[in-house]
Amino acid sequence: MEQVINTENNVDIVQPNGVNGILPIELKEKATALLSTLSFPTTKTEAWKYTRVGKISNKKFDIQKSQISSIKNYVIDPNGISIVFINGFYNASLSKLSDSINVSSLSEISEIEKNKIGKNIQLENEVFNTLNTLYTTDGAIIEIKANQNIHETIQIIHIITDNKTISNTRNLIISQKNSKASIIQAYFSENASETFTNVITEVIVKENAHLTIDKIQNESENCYQIATEQISQEQNSTFSINTFTINGGLVRNNVNINIEGQNCETNLNGIYILKGTQHVDNHTIIDHKVPNCNSNESYKGVMYDKSTAVFNGKVFVRKDAQKTNAFQNNANVLLSDDATVNSKPELEIYADDVKCSHGSTTGQLDEDAVFYLRARGISEKSARQLIVSAFIADIIAKIENENVKEYIFKNLNENYNFEL
Amino acid sequence: MIKIENLQASIDGKEILKGLNLEVKAGEIHAIMGPNGAGKSTLASILAGREEYEVTEGTVDFDGTDLLELSTEDRAREGLFLAFQYPIEIPGVSNINFLKTAINEIREYKGEEPISAKEFMQMVRDKSAIVELDSKLASRSVNEGFSGGEKKRNEIFQMAMLNPKLAILDETDSGLDIDALRIVATGVNKLKTKDNATIVITHYQRLLDYIVPDFVHVLFDGKIVKTGTKELALELEEKGYDWIKEELAL
Repeated sequence: MEQVINTENNVDIVQPNGVNGILPIELKEKATALLSTLSFPTTKTEAWKYTRVGKISNKKFDIQKSQISSIKNYVIDPNGISIVFINGFYNASLSKLSDSINVSSLSEISEIEKNKIGKNIQLENEVFNTLNTLYTTDGAIIEIKANQNIHETIQIIHIITDNKTISNTRNLIISQKNSKASIIQAYFSENASETFTNVITEVIVKENAHLTIDKIQNESENCYQIATEQISQEQNSTFSINTFTINGGLVRNNVNINIEGQNCETNLNGIYILKGTQHVDNHTIIDHKVPNCNSNESYKGVMYDKSTAVFNGKVFVRKDAQKTNAFQNNANVLLSDDATVNSKPELEIYADDVKCSHGSTTGQLDEDAVFYLRARGISEKSARQLIVSAFIADIIAKIENENVKEYIFKNLNENYNFEL
Repeated sequence: MIKIENLQASIDGKEILKGLNLEVKAGEIHAIMGPNGAGKSTLASILAGREEYEVTEGTVDFDGTDLLELSTEDRAREGLFLAFQYPIEIPGVSNINFLKTAINEIREYKGEEPISAKEFMQMVRDKSAIVELDSKLASRSVNEGFSGGEKKRNEIFQMAMLNPKLAILDETDSGLDIDALRIVATGVNKLKTKDNATIVITHYQRLLDYIVPDFVHVLFDGKIVKTGTKELALELEEKGYDWIKEELAL
């Protein structure tokens, strides 16, 4: 079907340039119908209270194919496999796949297989999900087979380039029973300005499967990104997601986890280190629906200059979710008087036999500690870096993939002279 | 080594030091005693470069350099060391890493090559033995979860690693049991040479049984009002400070 969009609609920010979205027609029809009823969130919308999307909503973005010459700087793990997207289009020649690992591009799978997509993605009231559904150009489809333990890291590398480009990608990751895998989702920009990366990743972690996602966001200061992960966990599974926001003008992360089976473990860790006028908003929802599960969440922020950050972490413990252990923490260090953090940890507990805690701290560096280090001959700058590095060290220590760790060290060192 | 002349300083407009004079030569140990609020710790803080204090008058010459013109880190690099009365806990910063950073920044300042990993580890082993500091503590976060005694031993361990020209021990004996006191004092004595100097700031005479001073000064109301030898410390222990007040008609 052709996409006909009422040009008067205020959410019409996409110029398709003759490209059609590739999701199943029923999904697109639903999205089209909804789009005319939707509008962009404002600061009156509770879930967007501290993030203004004007930079996105007041523009027209083009869907446009592009090329880049090399992905050398964007491959985090040289020994892993990678599926590469440029401006949201699969690039086979830059990708490195393996016969033994089931990774393909959405544009290459059958229409029947495409029906697996979109099951858990809400479109009602979700304008960015709806836009993504309508205009999806491609995405990674990954299936970790039952009992498969994949040692190579699977990398989904997304690069955005050119001016006012929009990329709507849709990934689907299924970890079948008893499987184990580690996936990197990495986002970069190259010669890009005022671009918008709108990505949705659907994740299903089946019984007794183990899956880790390391998400690295390193687009430039004038790029915008909304990244949504919708995860569903079945019994005895372990899912971890580590979100590292190194750069980006406006970054919104939605991590929504439904815990559907008992004895699950869920880990969310995040670090955001911001300068200039960068803005990062981490929205997480962990929904404990069943008993005997553990979740641990810890996000840390380091804020320079006039940067702003939002943390809104919600944990639901439903009536049946007895014996839940849920811990959530957000800590921030402000290194400038002009930096701002809005932190809102939320627990909603309907069960009575649970252990849950949440906390949030935002403060400045301990000046007594800075003085102590200086009194030993360490420069003020190094002293501050040592203390800031120490502040995020516990999260860094949770990264299992050495290549991810190294990449983050290298970037923090280059951007902030951190010695980690 | 250090010559303090007519030092006057205040904090938040309140005058604390009111014309303090003190000269310490290489090879000497000086004790500064005095009642609470006399300005003992203020003196230590000002010499180390704490910025909350405003120096309104006076000079401090440190081996030919104007100490008051230097930043805190440059004072340390020139060879001044302050053993803190209340050592700061710094979670996540390892004792070892921070000392290595300090040593290398000091070396860089002096135009020297960075220390090799091997040389550094040998030094850690040798110097931690001086204060009987468990090598496990050396690799933990700076002072985090250390007992009072361990914190003070860690101060002297750092002093041993940095090998300063002038060490100022600010109430290093406070909160120490007798065994810890002996270990700390023995450490300080082992580090003593004819080329370095020590200023011991203390409330109590008992530390001076172990670290025997060449001179004892009484700091009272922002000035040094009396100077003597180690016998003066015993007299103060026995009679308190009131007799000095009377003697000086303060």
